[in-house]
Amino acid sequence: MPLWVLCISAILIFTVPNNFKHTISLALVAITIAFTSYWAGLALFYGFELQGLSPFSMISGDSPIVVDKLSAFFILVVNFTVLTGLLYAKGYLKSYLKTKNKHLMSIHYFSYVWLYFSMLLVTMVRGGLDFLIVWELMTISSFLLVIFDSEKEDILKTGINYLIQMHVGFLFLLVGFLFTGEFSGTISFDSMGVAFSSNELFEVFGSHGNFWLFLIFFIGFGIKAGFIPLHAWLPHAHPAAPSHVSGVMSGVMIKMGIYGILRVLTHLQSDWMEVGVFILIISILSGLYGVMMAIVQHDLKKLLAYHSIENIGIIGIGIGLGLIGIATENHPLAVLGFGGGILHILNHSLFKSLLFYGAGSVYKSTHTRELNSLGGLIKSMPKTAIFFLLGALAICGLPPFNGFVSEFLIYSGLFKSLSSANLNMSLMFLGGITSLALIGGLAIFCFTKAFGVVFLGSARCEFPIKPVEADGSMLFSKLLVAVVIVMIGVLPNLFLQPISEVVGMFVTSGGDVFAKTMHTTSQVGIISGIFILVIVVLYFMRKKQQSTVAVEYGPTWGCGYTGADPAVHQYTATSYADNYKQLTKPVVGSETEYKSFSEEEIFAPARSFVSHSHDKIEDNIINKGIAWILKTMERFAVLHTGKVQHYLIYPLVFILTLFLLTLLNII
Amino acid sequence: MISLLLIFIGALIFPGLISITKAKLSGKKGPGIFQPYKDILRLLKKGSVYSSTTSFVFQVAPIIYMASVLGAILMIPFGNFKQGLISFEGDFLMFAYMLAFGKFLMIISALDTGSGFEGMGANREALYSMLVEPAFFIVLSSVVMLSGYTSFYEMFTHFHVENYVSWLYVAISVYLLIQITLIENSRLPVDDPKTHLELTMVHEVMVLDNSGFDLGLIQITGALKFAMFGALIGNLVIPPMHLGFELSALAFVVIQALFAITVGFMESFRARLKMIYNPQFILTLSGIALIAFFAVFFITKTI
Repeated sequence: MPLWVLCISAILIFTVPNNFKHTISLALVAITIAFTSYWAGLALFYGFELQGLSPFSMISGDSPIVVDKLSAFFILVVNFTVLTGLLYAKGYLKSYLKTKNKHLMSIHYFSYVWLYFSMLLVTMVRGGLDFLIVWELMTISSFLLVIFDSEKEDILKTGINYLIQMHVGFLFLLVGFLFTGEFSGTISFDSMGVAFSSNELFEVFGSHGNFWLFLIFFIGFGIKAGFIPLHAWLPHAHPAAPSHVSGVMSGVMIKMGIYGILRVLTHLQSDWMEVGVFILIISILSGLYGVMMAIVQHDLKKLLAYHSIENIGIIGIGIGLGLIGIATENHPLAVLGFGGGILHILNHSLFKSLLFYGAGSVYKSTHTRELNSLGGLIKSMPKTAIFFLLGALAICGLPPFNGFVSEFLIYSGLFKSLSSANLNMSLMFLGGITSLALIGGLAIFCFTKAFGVVFLGSARCEFPIKPVEADGSMLFSKLLVAVVIVMIGVLPNLFLQPISEVVGMFVTSGGDVFAKTMHTTSQVGIISGIFILVIVVLYFMRKKQQSTVAVEYGPTWGCGYTGADPAVHQYTATSYADNYKQLTKPVVGSETEYKSFSEEEIFAPARSFVSHSHDKIEDNIINKGIAWILKTMERFAVLHTGKVQHYLIYPLVFILTLFLLTLLNII
Repeated sequence: MISLLLIFIGALIFPGLISITKAKLSGKKGPGIFQPYKDILRLLKKGSVYSSTTSFVFQVAPIIYMASVLGAILMIPFGNFKQGLISFEGDFLMFAYMLAFGKFLMIISALDTGSGFEGMGANREALYSMLVEPAFFIVLSSVVMLSGYTSFYEMFTHFHVENYVSWLYVAISVYLLIQITLIENSRLPVDDPKTHLELTMVHEVMVLDNSGFDLGLIQITGALKFAMFGALIGNLVIPPMHLGFELSALAFVVIQALFAITVGFMESFRARLKMIYNPQFILTLSGIALIAFFAVFFITKTI
């Protein structure tokens, strides 16, 4: 297996000096990309499924790796984002080369390469045990990447929080796989079909056994993907990690959760409807909650992290609708739902990594992620600003960028099914439509705020070192992503063809739906062309007009008074979100610390104003749950007396109990 | 093509008619019908003053704003006679998102000036257009439900009005479309274009720093946007009346004119809402839209 050789050769990173670590990692990643993209291409375009022995087959027996169409799609998505992330890392980590010691850098690059390998293997291995191993490897390597800045105490804390939550997910997966093994005889994805249709399943879980077993897997994978209420790790881990890692984690690693869900879904035997409705509802909630929380964030990367939850929601809406389509034998809905959801996986990996790279460039040149201290960066970092704007437009689902295409597919599926469905279904579809529209509107609200506050206006505070444009390697990787974003937006059919192959794994008879859709999406390209043409014409008209008249520059309109510092009067991120916050008080938790003026205060001293937002779901479900567990556990603390004598008695008691129980034939 | 022409005619008379109506109702003589365009023409010839805080975003925003509205207009059909220049399944989604694109640019261009006033306007505009989105999509969903098709042209062609419930439905939808238009164009009751205090403005305060050619473009776009929504209303009302081609074209313009006069009336007898009531007002529209949606169930006899 060439993969083994590559995995092991990652150790080389430890042996070379700091300056070459990046080159070595890049070489390793590039070779792997060449191999795996070839395999993926074979599967996706020629239908040839590569099969081999898993690298862990010595532990788990003869378990295979298979690159089928679903794996191939994920491999290609992972390859692209990991490559741009690594290119970006060269510039981003340059300044760390001086402050971090050699071993830390080695560990960082090593974990990055291993995160990549493990993600690839996650999509390829089929054996349950192998899968759990690579899943764990993925968690550990991403954990090491998150705690790169481990000198800071809160980053280490966040990292450990992440690690623990991931293992809760792992536990659910383990239980799920054990059930699979119990019902089918072997622990693997391939035997899941048997498990889902076995009699024992229905004996254990009742008539909706498929749903309940799926639910166990959904919780396990959902923690990785960040569906609410399983998302609590996500808004903390993404800001803590360095930006290229956030880009990769948010862009592709959380999609591994989606991969898992999709993989389990391919084996589902019944209960399509229940599972579909369940996913749809959870996804709508995730989408809305994610974007609603994002608006009140002050931390640029935390804002983006909440948007990941939103986009996972959109992907989930697509998948949920696809399942409902299968259940009701509504082929257009099934195809368009799955198609939109799967395309959105690719789209989100692109614009989210672009936005995280942008946020990283901002952080690198200003050393802050606090929105309210930034401003006016478009003048010192124009290229970064353009790329960020492009990402913002794409994530809002505006044409002619990629986000629009996937949302368009999901919308089309919904609208097409509206008239043929019964009352309940119609209402559910209407719910989907309205929430997608609302998510779109909220995303626009959020990104006008983020882009406007960070890049436009005038600077809100002075930085000791003037912000400068990001360096070439960082801009180059952004350019790569941006090109693909525009390509999907303008020439969607190029990408819809492979997507239709993947969708074929879920919906067997829907080829004509895709052909029709591709006719439609080609029109989207035409209208985008007209749009751009009109812009160009108007631009030159104005240029001509302005060449004959006076064009002057002056201060911004200040209502008759321009003496004050304009930066002070500007809208901040907090003020932009203020009326929204009042409106959404029941859902979005936020509080302000401010003492108002009292009547007897004649010479008022300086005031301070602080506002916080908190995640109500995290507070009420996750944190309260943890507090309850801790409290329960504390009761057992009585046993910890600290005396060796007591500790020696415990095993004795245990053995005696066992002995008595066996003697009395109880166990 | 014909719909494009009719919308341009509508846009030509729209602002004039509104101001004439308002002037007459307040006992004034009122300007000529093309006075707004004479003003715009003068703006187009003027020089520009740009704020030195602004960047290229501020310069391209008015252009993209106009292009987005023009692009959206291309998709609007002419009743059941002629489809828009571009028509495909789900074109109304493109329509809605295209408009959103222009709006996005206008919002960030207001933030680009670094002015507190314009930030405030930008924020309000973003909030209101976000809140109105569901109402618009529910109305569209109900039309899709009723006709069973998903492109503007087919939706309006297969839109049959048979009994009184259907006319009730049409009435609700037209009412909703009028309100949505008023919100999208920042008119009463959510925003008063004639106000003189920056703190109470929404759209006007966003374009405080635009001048000359750019301001002219923005004002033309405003008129176009009005006529565009007017055309949507026309499309909803005209096909069920089964008029001939020429009569329909005439009805199209008449509806635009009536719409403009209605707006004039509404603005004369109504005061602007308090800012804090605006979200409630806009969200109520979504509620009414849901009623329209349920009306469709009665019409199609699903319940």
